[in-house]
Amino acid sequence: MLNFILRRTLIIIPMIILISMISFLIITLPPGSYIDSYLANLQQMGGEVEQSRADTIKERYGLNDPIYLQYWKWVKGFPRGDFGMAFSEERPVINIIQERIGYTILISTLTLLFTWILSIPIGIYSAVKQYSFGDYVFTFFGFLGVSIPNFLLAIIIMFVGLRFFGINLSGLMPVQYMGEPWGLTKILAVLQRIWVPVVVVGTAGMAGLIRIMRAEMLDQLRQPYIQMARSKGVDEIKVIIKYAARIAVNPLISTIGWLLPQIISGGTIAGIVLGLPTLGPKLYDALKIQDMYLAGTIIFFNIVLILIGTLLSDILLALVDPRIRYD
Amino acid sequence: MKNNSSESKITKDENIVMSNPFKAKSHWQLMWEEFKNHKLAMGGIIVLILLYVSALFAGFLTPYDPNERFSKFQNIAPQRIKFIDEDGLSTPYVHPIVGKRNMETLAMEYTVDESQQIPVNFLYKSDDTYNFLGLFKTNLKLFGSDETQIFLFGTDGLGRDIFTRTIHGARLSLTVGLVGIAVSLVLGLFFGGISGYLGGMVDNFIQRVIEFTLAIPKIPLWMGLGAALPQDWSVIQVYFAITVILSLTGWVSMARVLRGQILSLKEEDFVKAARAAGAKSGRIISKHLIPNCMSYILVNLTLAIPGMIIGETALSFLGLGLKAPAVSWGVLLQEAQNVRAVAQYPWYFIPGVFVIIAVLAFNFVGDGLRDAADPYH
Repeated sequence: MLNFILRRTLIIIPMIILISMISFLIITLPPGSYIDSYLANLQQMGGEVEQSRADTIKERYGLNDPIYLQYWKWVKGFPRGDFGMAFSEERPVINIIQERIGYTILISTLTLLFTWILSIPIGIYSAVKQYSFGDYVFTFFGFLGVSIPNFLLAIIIMFVGLRFFGINLSGLMPVQYMGEPWGLTKILAVLQRIWVPVVVVGTAGMAGLIRIMRAEMLDQLRQPYIQMARSKGVDEIKVIIKYAARIAVNPLISTIGWLLPQIISGGTIAGIVLGLPTLGPKLYDALKIQDMYLAGTIIFFNIVLILIGTLLSDILLALVDPRIRYD
Repeated sequence: MKNNSSESKITKDENIVMSNPFKAKSHWQLMWEEFKNHKLAMGGIIVLILLYVSALFAGFLTPYDPNERFSKFQNIAPQRIKFIDEDGLSTPYVHPIVGKRNMETLAMEYTVDESQQIPVNFLYKSDDTYNFLGLFKTNLKLFGSDETQIFLFGTDGLGRDIFTRTIHGARLSLTVGLVGIAVSLVLGLFFGGISGYLGGMVDNFIQRVIEFTLAIPKIPLWMGLGAALPQDWSVIQVYFAITVILSLTGWVSMARVLRGQILSLKEEDFVKAARAAGAKSGRIISKHLIPNCMSYILVNLTLAIPGMIIGETALSFLGLGLKAPAVSWGVLLQEAQNVRAVAQYPWYFIPGVFVIIAVLAFNFVGDGLRDAADPYH
């Protein structure tokens, strides 16, 4: 088992190198650089161009070097936690990541739990009562969830909140709590709003999960061991929950692999629309002003988060399903 | 005449053969019969046909040019075309909108003048000439009026007609998915085909690439690539660049489905026979294996289009995709970015309703096709 975990973890290392390359490639694609547009802006406004400062920055990050050298200069700081400088805020990228990655992980995890907690019972219900009215209703709402783009759902919820309840749901907490130490009132204030991104992003993945759970459940209910249990006179509820659902849930754990990219992806745009203190809005700002190291590092961390999540789900699957072999 | 009658005789004969119980129905006939029973999917097909036809005839169906500004009519609420007045049924009419400047706040205030009824003219000759299907120029519109403006979905902050813009926006928004899917299809068929058929090292490598691509979150990737598009590109260039960006992740699911199908098909006798007859790999894949996977490919295509429509809308909404003067649903929704604006002028959201309807319709059709793809069990 330990061997299996170790091996799965080691595979991640080449993946991380590949991700750093892709992230770097994406941020070097736009013509020009932050320094160029920064200087152009200053000149336009008639400001003093600090040519020496610009040159220092360019020199330091080797913005005039060939691309592979620039890449090397960026990644060689990674092991030390140095991801370069965020030009716009004039501080290390890692500080911005540290401030925001916690919220991204929190919202993603809550979304994952929300999706599961709702789709597993719905999947079981839809399978047990196949083709019933409830089955159709859930299927329809599942489709609706997939079909409403995350950012439109965010706008709809904010609109309803503002128009019919007079509450502003954007952000993660009311302005007066920002910078305050964490306390009960602050946690309550956050809880009042954090459900919005969770619901917005969660509904998108739910239909797929319900579908898988329903199909697995139908498959299990046809198995001979279920018939056996029923003929022994085991209570029907117990047959469904302890026998069929217990096995049907296993493949769901492996869906983290595709659910997580979806959650990070949806969370990015929901974060922008809702103005959350997550990585998404920072990525958006950074891309717009070509703050390349900040943008690249956020893309990098987004994918790394997914890899770690997938790794954890593999280990979890091995733990709950004794049929999985480690070698 | 003689020709005609003999032709009709042949079709009659064919009908007899068709109704012969011993004649097997073709795969596509079985699929169609299965598909017809799926009511939501049939509804989806009808909605999609309506949407694409309106996009095609946008110039005729809408009263104005999509970028025409009515500076005296900003943020007008949707107007209703009415059929019933105090005397009962009437020819369709609208109440005109009267704008007056509030001298205290200096803002324009609009009221609907209920006392006046202005008839709507159908097949109306307007001032706006447009190119009908790219064939000829005309100024004939489905409806309009000389005496007043008609804004079915209201107007935006610059006084542009949202109805006109929404219908015109369908052109870019609904075709971006089709072009994107065509690119994905070519990539998916190629990589899925060789991956499934050749197996071994090639398969292993392509599988790793696919797994890796699936782990990349789409929106951040699309945003990064969208931000890289040069600012001075024309609408057409940006349009095709976006389809390529969307296809970069779109081909993967296609390749996976195709690989799975080909893996199970390639040991079949007809493939062995083709190989024994000396057919080359490329020919076996394209002439024998892919046609046999057609129904699965079709399902996958249909289910991939909505993702692309959402992708374009999201990118343009964020300002990283299509930009004005291009008119797409995402561009229109930029107005809805500010929730306070939406709360004040809810009709800004109407293009969003169209996005949801189109995506829902594609998903229903895809679901119906998925159920019908395997009509034999």
